[in-house]
Amino acid sequence: MTGQRPEPFVNADSEIYWAATKESRLVLQECADCGHVDLMPRHVCPKCWSENRTWTDAVGTGTVHSFSIVHRAPLPAFREDCPYVVALIDLAEGPRIMTNIVGDGALEVVIGDRVEVCFEDRGEAKVPQFRLARAGGGS
Amino acid sequence: MTDTTLRNRVAIVGVGESEIGKVPHMTGLGLNAQAAKRALDETGLKPSDIDGLLTAYSMTEPYFMLGSVMCEYLGLKPTFNASMVVGGASPAVMLKHAAEAIVSGQAEVILCCAGENRATGQTRDQAVAALAAVGHPYYEQPYGASIPSFYAMITRRHMHEYGTTREQLAQMAVTTRDHAVRHPNAHMTKPITVEEVINSKPIAEPLNILDCCLISDAGGAYIVTTAERAKDLKSDPVYLHGIGEYHTHEHLMCADSLTEFGALETGRRAYTMAGLGPEDMDFAELYDCFSVVPMIEMEELGLCERGGAGAMVEAGDTRIDGRLPVNTHGGMLSHAHAGAAGGLFGIIEAVRQLRGQEGERQVANHDVALVHNEGGILSSHCTMILGREER
Repeated sequence: MTGQRPEPFVNADSEIYWAATKESRLVLQECADCGHVDLMPRHVCPKCWSENRTWTDAVGTGTVHSFSIVHRAPLPAFREDCPYVVALIDLAEGPRIMTNIVGDGALEVVIGDRVEVCFEDRGEAKVPQFRLARAGGGS
Repeated sequence: MTDTTLRNRVAIVGVGESEIGKVPHMTGLGLNAQAAKRALDETGLKPSDIDGLLTAYSMTEPYFMLGSVMCEYLGLKPTFNASMVVGGASPAVMLKHAAEAIVSGQAEVILCCAGENRATGQTRDQAVAALAAVGHPYYEQPYGASIPSFYAMITRRHMHEYGTTREQLAQMAVTTRDHAVRHPNAHMTKPITVEEVINSKPIAEPLNILDCCLISDAGGAYIVTTAERAKDLKSDPVYLHGIGEYHTHEHLMCADSLTEFGALETGRRAYTMAGLGPEDMDFAELYDCFSVVPMIEMEELGLCERGGAGAMVEAGDTRIDGRLPVNTHGGMLSHAHAGAAGGLFGIIEAVRQLRGQEGERQVANHDVALVHNEGGILSSHCTMILGREER
C-alpha cells in the first residue's frame, strides 16, 4: 500500500531537498548572508530576504519536541498503519521537521527522546522519517 | 501609539444562524441565505440597504469568487465585497475589515456571513481528506498527519510544559456541552461526563472524538453598520470597542512555538483599542476546534495565568454561573462547526448575551464580551471586544 501514499512533490524550491533524500541524505537550506538554517526550502531567506541560498547536510539526529499517535488516518493509504506516530523533531542544527517515528518502540516514544533519521521508499523517491536512537547512541 | 481608530465607530445590529446539524434539504449557499435573512429581519433594514458583503470560503461548494457568488445568490450589488481566507479566523477578521470599510466610507451596511453543508454535502471520508489539505502538501501530508494530530501535538506539549491533565481537557468539553444542552439550536445536546470523554474513541492521542469539534451543516451571519445608524434600528446594537489581528504562520512545522501563539498580540491590540483589560471581560466566546484551544486562548488573552487554564476549567470558573463564563452557546465542540462559520457563532452568541436575550443560558454580567477566532493551526488570530454601551 506504500505506493499509494503521497510521494514527494518536486518543484523548483525543493528539487535539491528531494534529490538528497533519494540518496538517503537529509539536507537543510542555509542563508549565505545571515546564516539562518531552515527546513522548508524557499527562494529567499525568511529572516533577511537574501536570495543567496546554500545547502548543508544535516547530521540526521534530533530530539522529539512533541508527537501524536494517530488512530484515524486522514487518507485511506495510511489506514492500515494505524496506530502510527506523527512527530515534530528538533534537529541538531535547530530547524524543526514534521515526520513519522517508526521502528522498534515507536509507540512508546516520549517528549525529549533522541531520534535518528531513516528513509522510507515512496515510489522512485524517499521521505525522511526517524527512529528512536539506540541506548548510548544518538548525539 | 494607541490605536483607537475603530473604537465605538461601528455596531453589530443583527445576527442570525441557520438550521444547524444535519440539514440535507439545504445547500451551503442556502444556509448562508437563511442566516442572513434572520440577521436582517432583526434590524428592520431591507436587502437593498446592504451595500457591502464579506464572506469566507466553502469546501463543499468551492466556487471561485465566493463573495461575488454570494452577492449574486442574494441579489446584492454592493460597493464593497471580499472573501476572507484565514481559516477559522475569518469571521472575526470580517468584522475588522467591515469596520475599516465603514469608517473609510466604502459602505454603510455590511453583511458578514459564512457556512457550508459539511455534514451532508460530503462523505465523512471526504471531509477528513479535505481537512488534511490544511497540512503542508509537501512536508506534512506525506506523513499521514491529520488536523487532530497537529492539535494533539500542541495538546501534548501543553501537558508537558504546564502539567495540564487529561481530566482538565475533558472538563473543557464537558462544560461546553452543558452549555449546548441549554441552546435550542445546538447540534449536540446530550450531556457528557469526563469519563465519557476520556473513554471516547481515540482520534490522535491524546485527543479523543469528544475533544474534537463537530462537523455540521450550518450558516451564520451578522450585520454591521455605523454607530449612528445603529441607534435608529429595531434591534439593540452591540458596539465594537476593540479588535486586532495577527498572523504568524500557516503550517505547524513553521510555528515558532507549540505553546505561545498569536493571540497574545491580538489580545494586546484589542484591549489597547478598547481601553480595557482582561479583568473587564464579563464572559468570553473562544475558538474551540479542540479542547485545548480555548484553554491556550484563555492564557494568551490574560484571562488566567500561563498554564492556569486547566485549573480554572476544573474549578468551574468557565461555567455560565462561573467567574468567567466561556463558550456559553456550546462552542464548536457542541453547538456547531461548519468551516468558516465555526467562530461566527461565538460572535452571534456574544451579541445575544450582551443584549440579555438568552433566558436560562444568560450570564449574570453582560456589559463587555471578548470573542476570539483562530484559523489554521493556531496560525491566524483575531480578538474582538464587544459591549452593549458606547464607552
